[in-house]
Amino acid sequence: MFEILGIPPQALFGQMLLGLINGSFYAMLSLGLAVIFGMLNIINFAHGAFYMMGAFAAWMLLAYLGLGFYWALLLAPLLVGSFGILVERTMLCRLYRLDHLYGLLFTFGLALVIQGLFRQEFGASGLPYGIPAEMRGGSNLGFMFLPYYRGFVLAASVVVCFGTWFVIERTKLGAYLRAGTENPTLVQAFGVNVPRIIALTYGFGVALAGLAGVLAAPIYSVNPLMGSDLIIVVFAVVVIGGLGSVLGAIVTGFGLGLIEGLTKVFYPEASSTVIFVVMALVLLVRPAGLFGREG
Amino acid sequence: MTVEAASLSARHSGQVPGHHQITFVVMLALLTMAPYGFYPIFLMKVLCFALFATAFNLLIGFVGLLSFGHAAFFGFGSYLSAHAAKVWGLPPELAILSGVAVAAALGVVIGGLAIRRHGIYFAMVTLALAQMIYFFALQAPFTGGEDGIQAVPRGFLLGVIDLRNDLACYYFVLAVYLCGFLLVYRIIHSPFGEVLRAIRDNETRAISLGYRIKLYKLLAFTLSAAISGLAGATKALVFQLASLTDVHWTMSGEVILMTLLGGLGTVFGPTVGAATIVTLQNHLAALGSWVTVAQGGIFILCVLVFRRGLVGELGRLLGNRQF
Repeated sequence: MFEILGIPPQALFGQMLLGLINGSFYAMLSLGLAVIFGMLNIINFAHGAFYMMGAFAAWMLLAYLGLGFYWALLLAPLLVGSFGILVERTMLCRLYRLDHLYGLLFTFGLALVIQGLFRQEFGASGLPYGIPAEMRGGSNLGFMFLPYYRGFVLAASVVVCFGTWFVIERTKLGAYLRAGTENPTLVQAFGVNVPRIIALTYGFGVALAGLAGVLAAPIYSVNPLMGSDLIIVVFAVVVIGGLGSVLGAIVTGFGLGLIEGLTKVFYPEASSTVIFVVMALVLLVRPAGLFGREG
Repeated sequence: MTVEAASLSARHSGQVPGHHQITFVVMLALLTMAPYGFYPIFLMKVLCFALFATAFNLLIGFVGLLSFGHAAFFGFGSYLSAHAAKVWGLPPELAILSGVAVAAALGVVIGGLAIRRHGIYFAMVTLALAQMIYFFALQAPFTGGEDGIQAVPRGFLLGVIDLRNDLACYYFVLAVYLCGFLLVYRIIHSPFGEVLRAIRDNETRAISLGYRIKLYKLLAFTLSAAISGLAGATKALVFQLASLTDVHWTMSGEVILMTLLGGLGTVFGPTVGAATIVTLQNHLAALGSWVTVAQGGIFILCVLVFRRGLVGELGRLLGNRQF
C-alpha cells in the first residue's frame, strides 16, 4: 500500500470525507445565515437551535408518526421553516428599525429558550436515529471506503447549496430578493410585498438549517445541544467568508470543513481550533473577509 | 445603542452628579450591612458578577461594542489566579493581580483582532476567539480540563487577614468590587470616556475630528478585559474553584443578560442586573434546564419591550435621570 506524506491514503481520504461532511453542514448553515442577513440585516443566533430542531423533527416524525427519513427530509424543514416564519411575524419584525445588535441578542435568547425546552423534555444524552435501510453499508473505492449515507449527505448538500445559489442569482424571485436587499423601499414602491418576502426569506433560511439537521441526525446523535457549538464555528466561517456573497458562503463552508479534516490527520490537537486560527489570520490579512464587502 | 446624554453639565464640569453620589452611598450602606442578612457566599457571587457586568458595560454601554467573548477574560483571570494561589503559592493579592495581567494581555490580542471589524462582525469575532480560548482551556494541562482547578487556598490577605473567614472574605471582595466600580466610573467620566462616547454615537465623525479610534477602542477593550479578569480572579479565590464553566460561551451570554437587564450604558444597572440574575439562578437551580429557558425568556423580553433595562426605566420614571 502506498502512502501520502507518511499517512495511509485510507486514513487521509477518510478524514477528508469527514471534513467535507462537516463542511457541507457549515456551508448549508452559513448559506442560510447569509441569506437571512442579506434580507433582514440580522445575524440569526438561533440558527444552531433550528438545526437541532430539524434533527428532532426527524426523530419525532419517526417515533410518533412512523414517518421515515425521506418524509422527514421533506416535512422537517417545512415544520421548522413555518416555526421560523411565526417567530419572524410575531417578534423579529419589531426589531428591524433598531440597532442590528438587538437582533443578535433576541435570537440568542430564542436559542436559549429552544435549547432549554428540548433539554428539559429529552435530556442531554442524545437520541439515536438510524441510517435509512437502503443507504447502510458502503463500497470500497480502492483508495478509500465510502459509506453510502455520507456520500448521499455530501451530494445532497451540494445540490441544495447550488440550487439556492441558482434561485438567488438566476431567477426572477431571486432578483426580487436581491433588489429587496439593496433597497426595500423602492422595491415596495414597485408593488412587491416586501414584508412577505422578508418573512419567506427568514423561513427559507431557517428551513435550510432544519434540513441540515435532518441530514445530520443519522450521523451525529440527536441532541438538544448539537447546534450550540456548531453555530459558533459557523460564525467563524461567516467572518472568514463575509456575508456578502452566496457563493462565497458555500465555498468557504466546504473549504474550511476540508481544512479541519486535514488538520485531524496531520495535527489532531488543533482540529477543534483550526477554523478560529484561520479566522484570526484572515482578519490580519484581509479584515473584510475573503468575499466580503463590508469593512 | 440608546443612551441619552443626560447630566451633560455635570460631566463637563468634571463633577459627579448628585443623584449618583446619593445612590452610591445607599448602595455602599446596603452592601456593608448585607452579610448580616444574607449568606456571604451568595453575596460574594453577586459582587463578582456585578464587577464582571460593570466591566462588560464599559464596552457595550460606552463604546457601543458588543463583545460575545468576555467569558475568555473572566475565565482566564480565574484560571490564572487559581493556579497562582495553588501551585505557585502566591498570596491572594498577587494571585488576583496575575489573573488581571493575563486577562489584560488576552484583551490586547483578542481586542486587536476584533476591532478590525465592526458591529455584528465584531460580536461574532469575539465569540469565535473566545471559543478558541475555551478549547485551549479544555486541552491545556494546567487548567485541569474537565475537573478544573479545585481546592484553591484563599490564603492570607497581605499576610495578615485570614480570608478563610467568610465575613473577612466578603469585605475583601466588596473592596475589590468598589475599586473596579469606581475605576469604571472614573473612566466613563473622564475626557477619555467622552471620546469613547463620541465613537459610540458617531464613529465617522470621531475619525474626522482626528481621534485615532482604533487606539481608543483597543484601550477600552483592554481595560474591560482586565476588570473582567479581576472579577474572575476574585471569584476563583472565593469559590476556591476555577472551571470550564467560567470560560464557556454561556458565561459570555450571562454577562450580556445581566447588563441588558440592568440597563445598557447605565452606571448602576449592571450591578442590579447581576444581583437579579444570580438570585434567579439560586432560586431556579433545582429546576434544571428551566434556568436556561428563563434566561432566554428574559433576553427576549428585554429586547422586545424593555430595552432600557431595570435601572434605565427607573431613571426615566425619576425624571429622565441617568443612573
